[in-house]
Amino acid sequence: MKSMLRRVLMLLATMLIVSFLTYAAFELISGDPAEAMLGTQATPARVEALRKELGLDAPFLVRYARWLLGFFSGNLGVSYSYKLPVAELIAPKLAVTLWMCLISFIIISVISLPLGVLSYQSAVGRFGWLHTTLNQFFMAVPPFFTGILISWGCGVILRFFTPGDFPDLHADPAGALRYLFFAAVCIAIPRVAMMLRMMRSTVISEMEKDYVQTAISRGNDRQGVLVGHVLKNSLVPAITMLGQTMAEIVAGGIVVEQVFGIPGLGRLLVASIANRDYPTVQAVVVILAFWVVFAGMAADLVNQCIDPRLRLGGES
Amino acid sequence: MLEIKDLHVKFHTRDREAVAGVTLTIHDGEILGLVGESGSGKTVTAMSVAGLLPRRQCDYRGEVLLDGQDLLHADRDFLRTVQGKKIGVVFQQPMNAMDPLIRVGEQVGEVLRIHTDMSPEERRRASLEAMDAVELDDPEAVYRKYPHELSGGMLQRAMIAAAIVIRPSLLLLDEPTTALDVTIQAQILELLKKLNAESGVSMMFISHNLNVVRKLCTHVAVMQRGLLVEEGSTADVFYHPQHEYTRHLIDAIPRRRKYQ
Repeated sequence: MKSMLRRVLMLLATMLIVSFLTYAAFELISGDPAEAMLGTQATPARVEALRKELGLDAPFLVRYARWLLGFFSGNLGVSYSYKLPVAELIAPKLAVTLWMCLISFIIISVISLPLGVLSYQSAVGRFGWLHTTLNQFFMAVPPFFTGILISWGCGVILRFFTPGDFPDLHADPAGALRYLFFAAVCIAIPRVAMMLRMMRSTVISEMEKDYVQTAISRGNDRQGVLVGHVLKNSLVPAITMLGQTMAEIVAGGIVVEQVFGIPGLGRLLVASIANRDYPTVQAVVVILAFWVVFAGMAADLVNQCIDPRLRLGGES
Repeated sequence: MLEIKDLHVKFHTRDREAVAGVTLTIHDGEILGLVGESGSGKTVTAMSVAGLLPRRQCDYRGEVLLDGQDLLHADRDFLRTVQGKKIGVVFQQPMNAMDPLIRVGEQVGEVLRIHTDMSPEERRRASLEAMDAVELDDPEAVYRKYPHELSGGMLQRAMIAAAIVIRPSLLLLDEPTTALDVTIQAQILELLKKLNAESGVSMMFISHNLNVVRKLCTHVAVMQRGLLVEEGSTADVFYHPQHEYTRHLIDAIPRRRKYQ
């Protein structure tokens, strides 16, 4: 209970720090939302008026405090460039990105956990080198490249989806999810390779442990040892890594959204940074920070269910 | 019941044979103490019996006969019918030998799950009985604990319970008391003696501690550099050691001295 409270506090603190740093970063780089909105032809007086209107003339800390107050009262502000309330602007894009990440995450988990344990046998065998080579290859392939390949192969040639024509998530959920699936595969490929490699080395090191000897001495067959004992013990580091993966696929998603033309958070973030659309950038960044910390928390919670040694102050 | 005939084991990574021609017999109900310094080949001998030799990483020849059947060259499927069922093993480090993520009780009953078709409830009852037999206080509570929640002594008792729950004919004990403190060590020795007297289970007790061996074992075999240098009943070996190495070992036992 106490650790949960600490977790939630940490989550809040992280979001605060990240939002402040983002605000500070815009102080340091050049560019002005008013100028960006009015274009290069605007008169200085006009720009100055708009700056006042947007509250940009106030000192940095005051502006940040205003934003923070708004945030805690549930008001994320109005996007400078879209003239829409930020919450309204972000919601549909958040849904798209969440679906894409979720599909990607499922692909990664479903493939790499069982295959990681299975690959132990082939990895220590005669074809270990092939294994390593393939693994390195897939880890090194950048998602934007596989993204182009998949768009071309599955989209242009096989016509599984129409690249660039993303169906509306509400109007055509099945079509949208199918479209997202190909983007998710793209994000998943290097992650799966990484997870497999990590699972394999975990399983190898677990196999060296004494409890495996005990399990063999009791007459367990190979499957009994692997599934009955080693898998569960390998799961803890795997879940930790899956937590990190969950955070990282959002970052990987930014590039992939560009390649596939998916109207998600990543594209919105890139566009908003270019336009100096502070309220939108702030909101997206805070969501991402929340996501990263939350992923770590979720992984820890799952691990506590698996490993009793991680449950502090529990039953006894 | 257990006959080891001219056992040789040589690991690929070593020049010297770990076991260089060992011949040993354990009869029903005997407790054989296998003594020697580390690297003398006693653990490798026991691993050959338990079917735990990493076969791909070593050369081996000779015979390990359990009730007349060779285990050394037996295929894995046959070996598995013997492991746990006829031969129970207790290792040196109970903390590491237990799977940290599985409740102690389930680990005690694991051999029953593998080798019998008992129902979960029957397994539970049998496990609790075995845990009671090794004098664990409150077996019900220990059953639900995880390994990290128990002391080393309790864990080792649980490991012994796990080894005897199916009533094997041979127990291999690889320095089972070395990691425990002296009072717990004495209790475990008493327990092993009691189990041997009550069920007649044979034991191979590996130790580098002659004192412990003298208290527990009916027979002693002394190993040095892969070879058996002396073998006989405990009394014979201790009072009439034939080999110089044995004499050295016996002299090395710390004794209470009278101060003059």
